Amino acid sequence: MAGFNEKNIIETIQMIKVHHLDIRTTTLALSLRDCISEDIKATGDKIYNKIIKYAKNLKKYADDLENEFSIPIINKRIAVTPISLIGESAKNPDYVYLAQILDEAANEVGVDFIGGYSALVEKGCTKGDEIFLESIPEALCKTSKLCSSVNLATSKAGINMKGVLKVANIIKKAAELTKNDDGLGAAKFVCFCNSVSDNPFMAGAYCGINEPECALNIGVSGPGVVRWAIENMPKDAPLGDVANLIKKTAFKITTTGELIGRELAQRLDIPFGVIDLSLAPTPAKGDSVAGIFQAMGLEQAGAHGTTAALAMLNDAVKKGGIMASSYVGGLSGAFIPVSEDAGMIEAARQGVLTIDKLEAMTSVCSVGLDMIAIPGDTPATTIAGMIADEMAIGMINKKTTAVRVIPVPGKKEGDWVKFGGLLGEAPIMPVSKLDSSIFVNRGGKIPAPIHSLNN
Amino acid sequence: MSKDKILITISGLDKVGIVAGISHTLAQLGVNIEDIKQTIMQDHFIMMMLCDISCSKNSFKTIKEELVKSGENLGMEVWVQRKEIFDKMHTI
Repeated sequence: MAGFNEKNIIETIQMIKVHHLDIRTTTLALSLRDCISEDIKATGDKIYNKIIKYAKNLKKYADDLENEFSIPIINKRIAVTPISLIGESAKNPDYVYLAQILDEAANEVGVDFIGGYSALVEKGCTKGDEIFLESIPEALCKTSKLCSSVNLATSKAGINMKGVLKVANIIKKAAELTKNDDGLGAAKFVCFCNSVSDNPFMAGAYCGINEPECALNIGVSGPGVVRWAIENMPKDAPLGDVANLIKKTAFKITTTGELIGRELAQRLDIPFGVIDLSLAPTPAKGDSVAGIFQAMGLEQAGAHGTTAALAMLNDAVKKGGIMASSYVGGLSGAFIPVSEDAGMIEAARQGVLTIDKLEAMTSVCSVGLDMIAIPGDTPATTIAGMIADEMAIGMINKKTTAVRVIPVPGKKEGDWVKFGGLLGEAPIMPVSKLDSSIFVNRGGKIPAPIHSLNN
Repeated sequence: MSKDKILITISGLDKVGIVAGISHTLAQLGVNIEDIKQTIMQDHFIMMMLCDISCSKNSFKTIKEELVKSGENLGMEVWVQRKEIFDKMHTI
């Protein structure tokens, strides 16, 4: 007869019921390389049929597991091969048509988001990439579940500065085309340095060209659980002890995620891919990365010491997660999306958390300047400057960084914006009024950095 | 099979008939009780039951629905989970 430990049972139920432990996403990564055709309609048909074939049971099986383990699975998602590659061979590469096909397929199988409307242009664009990039704002405007991403830089290739300015204009246009929804289009677009091909999180999930036919990737959540654990420690516990507790908590979160991921993969009859160790917050009270900083002893996110606290948190989560699973991948780092984190929202509202501090924080965690609402009249060249800064942090530190900012049409500093659902709400944050235009208009590329003499 | 082991957690204010009520439902469903533990936490009665559903003709879904219903009749909150989640989470 197998036994059980009642303390463990109660702790697990409290983690789920009170402290928002959940599986943030089960993301089906699906290669579309075999859908390429000279006829865009044929490509669309192949894409639609393949998605239906592989994902038709994703939602049902995930719901079944949610019931069996009593742990919420918040999002079901699909990530496909970068569409810039899939549409490129068509005689008439109508990418917006493919965007609509992806959206239709996502609606048909009942997933929350579909990602992979993406391009990898860190060294420059092909003719197809150029057409694809132009299509992004319209594609985001005409769809509801589609997410788009562009990789603009890597540590080995440097930063494509021509692409940076182009992407800044895409962000502006995507926001303008969706002005009735407060620029929601821009919230479904992200640009990267060192993007990863097995990331299950949106808006940046895609299935890299080096990925297998299909795989199930998992993203867990659990800032509330980490905060709760730290809050139960004495206020004078040394930081080494705090780090240790975070590791133990991350272990528990990760093993749970892998259990669900493997079960779901088995039921879908596809391989299990990776578990992403990112701590992803939600706008729900208590499910906040900023709340962890407060539990550690900082008055609010943005206080001096925040970067250090985040660095320790990020590293400890990875250490605990690595111990729990050998199939770790994706972004694997704490997220700091402003509008999706109740503590960050409050700190931004009070003006104690600034974009400059957020930029510093991105040097020690994934992913970057994330879900930040900025004034609608921010020039594209200023946004390009922000992107260039963030790409530089990723490039030099050999890590993933990203920018997802929303220049909200018609709104100015101090106004409020509500995106709804997981995307949350936020105040419009001030950006520098200084001019970056001559720098970002130079184009060309920032060369890759030296990878030795690391001082 | 580890898949067949379930953990039922019943919580709420202590009263007469909780064990009898839940056990009766389990017997009707053909679910075998392997272990029971009880505790009081912050004035709340908590009972945990380890059960095996391999001999039951009912699906997990049905068993869970019936137990939750039975709990509602008793004014108790009932959680039914496959035991593996606890084993994975708390064992290195």
